[in-house]
Amino acid sequence: MSILDAKIPAGPLKDKWSAHKAHIGVVSPANKKKLDVIVVGTGLAGGSAAASLAELGYNVTAFCYQDSPRRAHSIAAQGGINAAKNYPNDNDSVFRLFYETIKGGDYRAREANVYRLAEVSNAIIDQCVAQGVPFAREYGGLLANRSFGGALVSRTFYARGQTGQQLLLGCYGAMNRQIEKGKIKVYNRHEVLDVVVVDGKARGVISRNLVTGKIERFGAHAVVLATGGYGNVFFLSTNAMGCNGSAAWQAYKRGAMFGNPCFVQIHPTCIPVHGEQQSKLTLMSESLRNDGRVWVPKKIEDAKALQAGTKHPNDIPDEDRDFYLERRYPAFGNLVPRDVASRAAKERCDAGFGVNNTGKAVFLDFKYAIQQLGRDTIEKRYGNLFQMYEKITAVDPYENPMMIYPAIHYSMGGLWVDYNLMTTIPGLYAIGECNFSDHGANRLGASALMQGLADGYFILPYTIGDYLAKEIQTPKIQTNTPEFEEAEKHVTDRLRKLYDIKGTKSPDHFHKQLGHIMWDYIGMAREASGLKKAIELIAELKEEFYKDLRVVGEFSAMNNELEKAGRVADFIELADLMAHDALDRNESCGGHCRLESVTEEGEAKRDDEHFKYVSVWEYKGENTAPELHKEELEFENVQLTQRSYK
Amino acid sequence: MSNFLTTSIGKKVIMSLSGLFLILFLCIHLSVNLLLLVGPDAFNAGCEFMELPFIKVIEPILALGFIIHIVWASILTIQNQKARPQKYALRKQSQNCTWPSRNMYILGALVLAFLVLHICNFWYYFKFSEVTSQYELVSTTLMQPLYAVVYIIAAILLGLHLSHGFWSAFQSIGFSNDIWRKRLEYVAYFFAIVFAVGFSIIPVYFLIFGN
Amino acid sequence: MADKILKELTLKVWRQKDAKSKGAFETYKIHDISTGTSFLEMLDILNEQLVSENKEPVAFDHDCREGICGTCSLFIDGRAHGPDDDVTTCQLHMRRFQDGATITIEPWRCGAFPVIKDLIVDRQAYDKILQAGGYVSVNTGGVPDGNAIPISNDNAEEAMDAAACIGCGACAATCKNSSAMLFVAAKVSQLALLPQGKVEAARRAKAMVAKMDELGFGNCTNTGACEMECPKSISIQHIARLNREFLKAKLKD
Repeated sequence: MSILDAKIPAGPLKDKWSAHKAHIGVVSPANKKKLDVIVVGTGLAGGSAAASLAELGYNVTAFCYQDSPRRAHSIAAQGGINAAKNYPNDNDSVFRLFYETIKGGDYRAREANVYRLAEVSNAIIDQCVAQGVPFAREYGGLLANRSFGGALVSRTFYARGQTGQQLLLGCYGAMNRQIEKGKIKVYNRHEVLDVVVVDGKARGVISRNLVTGKIERFGAHAVVLATGGYGNVFFLSTNAMGCNGSAAWQAYKRGAMFGNPCFVQIHPTCIPVHGEQQSKLTLMSESLRNDGRVWVPKKIEDAKALQAGTKHPNDIPDEDRDFYLERRYPAFGNLVPRDVASRAAKERCDAGFGVNNTGKAVFLDFKYAIQQLGRDTIEKRYGNLFQMYEKITAVDPYENPMMIYPAIHYSMGGLWVDYNLMTTIPGLYAIGECNFSDHGANRLGASALMQGLADGYFILPYTIGDYLAKEIQTPKIQTNTPEFEEAEKHVTDRLRKLYDIKGTKSPDHFHKQLGHIMWDYIGMAREASGLKKAIELIAELKEEFYKDLRVVGEFSAMNNELEKAGRVADFIELADLMAHDALDRNESCGGHCRLESVTEEGEAKRDDEHFKYVSVWEYKGENTAPELHKEELEFENVQLTQRSYK
Repeated sequence: MSNFLTTSIGKKVIMSLSGLFLILFLCIHLSVNLLLLVGPDAFNAGCEFMELPFIKVIEPILALGFIIHIVWASILTIQNQKARPQKYALRKQSQNCTWPSRNMYILGALVLAFLVLHICNFWYYFKFSEVTSQYELVSTTLMQPLYAVVYIIAAILLGLHLSHGFWSAFQSIGFSNDIWRKRLEYVAYFFAIVFAVGFSIIPVYFLIFGN
Repeated sequence: MADKILKELTLKVWRQKDAKSKGAFETYKIHDISTGTSFLEMLDILNEQLVSENKEPVAFDHDCREGICGTCSLFIDGRAHGPDDDVTTCQLHMRRFQDGATITIEPWRCGAFPVIKDLIVDRQAYDKILQAGGYVSVNTGGVPDGNAIPISNDNAEEAMDAAACIGCGACAATCKNSSAMLFVAAKVSQLALLPQGKVEAARRAKAMVAKMDELGFGNCTNTGACEMECPKSISIQHIARLNREFLKAKLKD
């Protein structure tokens, strides 16, 4: 037994969660009123957790770096949310959702966690409907479904192309209700920069008020991190500009271990990069693959002509089009999981068949769907996405095929948590994208919303009670203790150090450099030599960063440059850990593709014998290599097979 | 209905209802005015009808309607001005709304100014002096080009005021949606034109044929 | 469409140190901007330029940069979110501008949205309005099955039209009266259209309107400018529904 105890309940898979709930501690209503919980982040996970905990009676303090909880990046999720409702009568079930999620994650997630996720998925839909989320409806008034990648059934519920927005506004509403009641206090424009650990337990956070620049202390009986993912380590990603890994990273440095840092998802359908000045990539929902067909030219000369801009895609006849996903994966066709679709696009582009001036794009064509279903239907389904595409590219996707290319989208890796969603620091929880738990090496479309809300509405409110039941004797956490003092000083010193470098390059400059290293060596295809090179390059970048960074503006005032500098500093360190993790995992699985481990057909090849574990990294100090712990994964209910979507 | 009148929507409902009431008055006013085109007897008879007691009773109510409409418009305008202490350096409002819709208070004020003149010109004499032929008083006044032009301009301003006011009144009491809005806007333009043209025809008629 | 290069642009940008300071316009020149660049990327480039000159960059709100979070908020050349229709500032691209143009950039001007710094304003007033009642009062758990209450497709669609609001503040910023009616209406209308929201529709309409008035927003005069500038094209028919809901609620009092 390693130092990691996942606390997975005994018993048959389908009974684990109910048995666990029946046996864990519960806090009485009178005692809940005396307990404080800090929730960092107000996206789907944080928002739903904050609201649910406040409803239960806990005193919640919530933090977001945005100007309002409603703006957390969950809002940008487009396509939908999965649930095993089986409304379409297509033989869906909790087990099937569980199975497809485990398989989609390439067998690198915990069975018990994923089963629980599938189990509570239905309640999420009910909850959201009750909150007034305007899900799409059939003419008979019942809920509509659509299909997503990696699933053989239609189980995705949606609200046009704005599902994330609607779900987030639902839990933001639930939060608002509790704010009005005084049960939640929100600190907006506050960035949490450290976790305070007292006697081995998480007892508070240190935050920076982004308006005044003041460093502030907050104490609580438990701390919940719901800070989302770290995709921005790649600089260009579909994440919001402010998304960062700082709170999670500082928690890691305080002793919370990091699970599978190298597992990041590359989403196949993003608008391609157009130039060096680009600040972010825009996702085009996976739902588009329901009706769009992905293709590149069959003939290399057509591809060359497209790249040179001398040929129009509509002039290439159907017989000269290579619908490579349909060709390679007849069973799932255009709806293969994201990692598979991304790699296939890269394969075609690397072979020279890219269709834009950079050679890094493929077509997603709606011509066929429009012919079959009519423009109106397509407009109704994807109108806002098409409009978004046209605004950005100035190309009308009703008349021309869209151009897409993979981009960093989601991080499956994150803080390691046990079955109760607690990190290795007692009293510190990580939920939603911030933790590593449910998606293995690849997340299926429409499952992030499901996980965020499952954690926040239906799992954490139960499991945190187990911990807090033992804390009812603990008085209100005072913040004038040496531990808080130390943590505050730590944060101030760190920022001061960055501020005082007074070099010549902006944080963005270093962030872009880091992004290039990440994309080139730790991107869609990784190999040992490249990863080693990346580790060197990251170290060089880090050195340069601490020598030549320039943070203009005032230290104790609103200062976006200082915010960015802190985030980039953490990203650089995280990047190093990702490289180490990717180097250790000499197998391909899900989004992690090691070129040393692919099948003859170029598909990812897992190595269950050697790598059927969660890589859990422990921080060992500034200049010491992190220590790898392994949580072996047990599969009792599914058979491990090489994933096939053919 | 507690504090209804002090809420923003309540104030708008007051504007709406008083506005619709004034439109009703304008309809009657215009009908009587158009009798000028028929001839002196018709118009004088019309004026006599307006002297009937039950019409007389309505007069103070009408005045009240005006006062309410003006007072509430002033309150709203002051509040609205206060809601933006610092103005924009550059605004291109013509790209997102119509000129009358954002200048209702100015249009209203101009119409009010005209109303004062109008009352001095006619209503005061009708009321407080022995006018034998209302037709004659009206026709001699409107035969003067300056008056005629002022009356025509006023009619146009009134039309502009109504082009937004009529539709807006229904929107404020909640009687509108994307379908009805178009219909109401058409009706508003119809009313605006009818009133602008209707009230202008009279001075034009006297200007041309009176002399 | 091939991107062109805008050789020179003049930017007139509102600079203000903090909420208490008096602000003023500063003029900057910026060169060689591709028309495929987004407006905010253009500001990024300006900021890189300022940093290289050791000057403080322009502070502006932005986050998702794909038109959904509602964070970005600029008043560009006299219009909320700039000259393009149905977009947020982050979706605005430089192809909308001519080479040599002068672009005026101001923060939202609205008493209820005080300036925090440069182009950043405080929009917590919108949060407060929603806190007053912009939700369905249900706790987590114990709710009926999602399909227990059928909702007509039309109502669900219309509710979705209203629910698309991103809370950016363009409606109040553009309204000549600084009225927040479209924002309030969007939430009231969304929930009034759904059976789940009907239960407390009266309370909601009254509470949200009262809060809106209290926070110092102006009064709606139905100019319709808000719907024209709304990046999500939310119709003022929702304001009509709010008026109905409010009247209905008040008549019962």
